[in-house]
Order: sequence, then C-alpha cells, then structure tokens
Amino acid sequence: MTAEIRMRAVDYSLFYGDFKALNSISLDIPTYRISAFIGPSGCGKSTFLRSFNRMNDLIPGVTTSGKVLLDGNDVSKEDVVNLRRKVGMVFQRPNPFPKSIFDNVAYGPRLHGTKNRSDLAVIVERSLKGAALWDEVKDDLGKSGMSLSGGQQQRLCIARAIAVEPEVILMDEPASALDPVATLKIEELMNVLKKNYTIAIVTHNMQQAARVSDYTAFLLTDENRAGNLIEFGPTKQIFTTPSDSRTEDYISGRFG
Amino acid sequence: MTRESFDRELQDVKRKLFQVTGEVRKNLTASVKYLDNRDMQGASMIIESDEMVNLKCLEIEERCLNIIATQQPVATDLRLLFSILQITTEVERIGDYAKGIARISQKIGPGKLVKPLVDIPRMEEIAGLMLDDAIRAFTEDDEQAARKIPARDMQIDVLYNQVHRVLLTFTMEKPTNIEEIMMLDWVAHNIERVGARVVNICERVIFTVTGVSVDLN
Repeated sequence: MTAEIRMRAVDYSLFYGDFKALNSISLDIPTYRISAFIGPSGCGKSTFLRSFNRMNDLIPGVTTSGKVLLDGNDVSKEDVVNLRRKVGMVFQRPNPFPKSIFDNVAYGPRLHGTKNRSDLAVIVERSLKGAALWDEVKDDLGKSGMSLSGGQQQRLCIARAIAVEPEVILMDEPASALDPVATLKIEELMNVLKKNYTIAIVTHNMQQAARVSDYTAFLLTDENRAGNLIEFGPTKQIFTTPSDSRTEDYISGRFG
Repeated sequence: MTRESFDRELQDVKRKLFQVTGEVRKNLTASVKYLDNRDMQGASMIIESDEMVNLKCLEIEERCLNIIATQQPVATDLRLLFSILQITTEVERIGDYAKGIARISQKIGPGKLVKPLVDIPRMEEIAGLMLDDAIRAFTEDDEQAARKIPARDMQIDVLYNQVHRVLLTFTMEKPTNIEEIMMLDWVAHNIERVGARVVNICERVIFTVTGVSVDLN
C-alpha cells in the first residue's frame, strides 16, 4: 500500500464484558481514500468503525486491548471531544438536530468556540457547498433541518460533520435509509469529499462498497462469534481476485 | 444464502459454449476434408451451419450480458463470464475460418486440385486437437493443461511455413494456376489463425482460474 496512513488499528480487540466482539484486528486506513468495511450482520464492522472515534466508550462494560492510532497517536489518550472533531461521524439514519439548517451546521464550530455570526456564516456556506446541499437550501437556512427530505437530511449531517474540518469521516451505512437516487448522490459526494478527507464506511451493500471505495476490508465472525479481519486490500482486487475463499464466497453471495 | 439458480445459469451458458465449440470443431475438420474430396455440397453445408453457429454465439453473449446486468457477478463469477464472452468471440472466429475454407473450396470448384493436400490436413489435425483440449481445459478449470497447449501451435507454424514455401515454388512451376495456389495458401493461413485463436482461449482459461492475464502467443 503506497498511500499515506491516516488511521491505524494495531492488534485491536474489543470486549462487551466477557464477550470478545473484535479479535485482534490490525488494519491501516489510507489518507484521502475511501475504505469500506463489509461483512455479514454481527461481524463487528460497525463496532470496529466506532472504535476509530471511541463511540464505543459510551457503552457500559466495553473494554479494549491493542491500539487505534490517528496520525500515529493513540486515540484512547486523546481528549474525546477533540478526537471527535478530528474524526467525525455520519450515521445510518439522518439525525439532524431539531434546529434550523444554519444552526445544525454551526453546532460543531460553536461547540469548539466560534461565536462570531459572520465567521459561522462562512463556515455554514462552505460546509453546505462541500456537502452538495447549498444550492438546494441557500434561501431557507432558517428552515428546520427536520423539514428536508431524507437524502437532504443526510447531506446536512455530512455538512455538519465537515463544518469542524475533521481529518476523517466515519460513515455507518450512510445510504441504507435512502432511495436509490439519494444514495447515488451520497456516493458521488463521497468521491468529492475524499479529496480533502479520509473516509471509512460500513456498508451492507456490496455493490456500494465496490462502487465507492478504494480499499475494502472483509470481516467475519469466528467460531466464538468474535469479529475477525479476513482480508483487506484494494477494492479492485477484492472484487475481482480475492485471496481468501471466504471473501469470495461472501462477495459472490454464496453465504452471509 | 446460496445462489443455485445463478450457478445453474452460469453452468448452462458454459455448457452452451462447449456445445457450439463442438460444432465449430466439426466444421473445421469437415472443411479441409471437403476441400480434399472436392465435395461442393459438403462445403455448402458448412457455410449454412456457420450461420447457426453465429446465432448461438450471439445467444451466449446475450445471456452473459443479462447475467451481468441482473446478478452483479464478482470475482471468479465475473472472470468466468468475461472469459466466456471472449472465448465465444474466439470460437465464432474459428467458425469463420472453417467457413472461409468452405468458400475457397467452392471457388476452386469440383475439379482436381493443383496438388494433393498433405500438410494442410496435418495442420488441421493439430489445430483441431488443440481446440478440443483448450475447451476441455476451460470446462474443467485446468490451468496446467491450458499452459501446455500453446507449445503445439509451433508445429502448426512450422507446417504453415512449409506449405507456403511449397506453394510458392508451385507458382513458378505452374503460373497458370496461381489463383488456386494462392487460395490454398489462404486455407493454410486460416488454419494457422485457428492455432493462434486456440492460444487465446488458453490465456482466458488461465485468467479465469488465477485472475492473471498472460500472453502466451
């Protein structure tokens, strides 16, 4: 792999109490690339994604071993608010705040100390443009974010994520609640976003992984139901000549 | 989740390709035999048969496109479909070479040939067996066999050069028969091309099995 590495999991395991959910995963997330995590339900791909900005910290009983690194630094030692500014997240269901479009996007910058209205206006415009939503909402910034369509809401959430200028955007099934046209818009947007951001995405839709990602990781549970990384490599290779027969069986729809 | 109907469809298309290759193989052998026997009716039958071959090849292509459009094949499945499409083209062209020989046969007419055929039937025999083995390697995913077959193409090339030389001397000996001699040279050329097409099929077999594109020509 020639690309620079933004995030890295090193021998990373995660436990829910006694239950091991992720088993010793080591994987590099290349900078300014889209890395997709695929695998059957329950394989731990979302859990793994959430490890990158410590979203699992919120779940009682979770312990981990090994490391997750951002730019070489252990994320467990970072201030979590600061970490989540650098590693943003977009969820499966669009979750705009019950606030105006403007306030949704300005929320993060305000939290991090930007109070000046005109500074915020610049950030809001830049972020909405970055999320390919500006043209559709520029005359209605005072309108509630909840009044937008599902696809627009998801792009609003992406605008909210990039408003704080993160290095990495984590996307957990970002298009699974959207119709095909809105899905393709999000996929197009991801392609644009990767010029400035490193993206990791969890998707159930293998064709989506094949379409949008540069690298693909395949995870699968072992006999103890712990998620293991089976294969990680360039998406082109994973979808044409996977090296592990389990990957081949999964992507060709023969199990899972 | 299994994909039984998808697997069945893939295997069925593969079987169709195997069958149409069998027809092309028969036409190839017959084309040289009818040329040798001056069998004009036989030559017509080959030309008619090739129309059916073309239709069957188009049907295979259509089914492959349908599978790609509706089933989103990946990995081995995708490579297999890609190879079926390419091998179908190779087989269809081999069919055209057989038809070309039948046409030449008709053009030369029912009279005695300017010289008895010696090396041309040999070339056809080697090319035909190579085709048999290549399509068998394809149906059995036999990469090793596919790697060995192309070496035999050399024998065809040696014979082709020999035929070419002999016919060249004939043009000097019998200048009145130049047209027929040139047509016989074209027959040999067609068979030489069959050998090259079979080598392409072998390359596709290796690609299907390993995912690596190789140049064996």
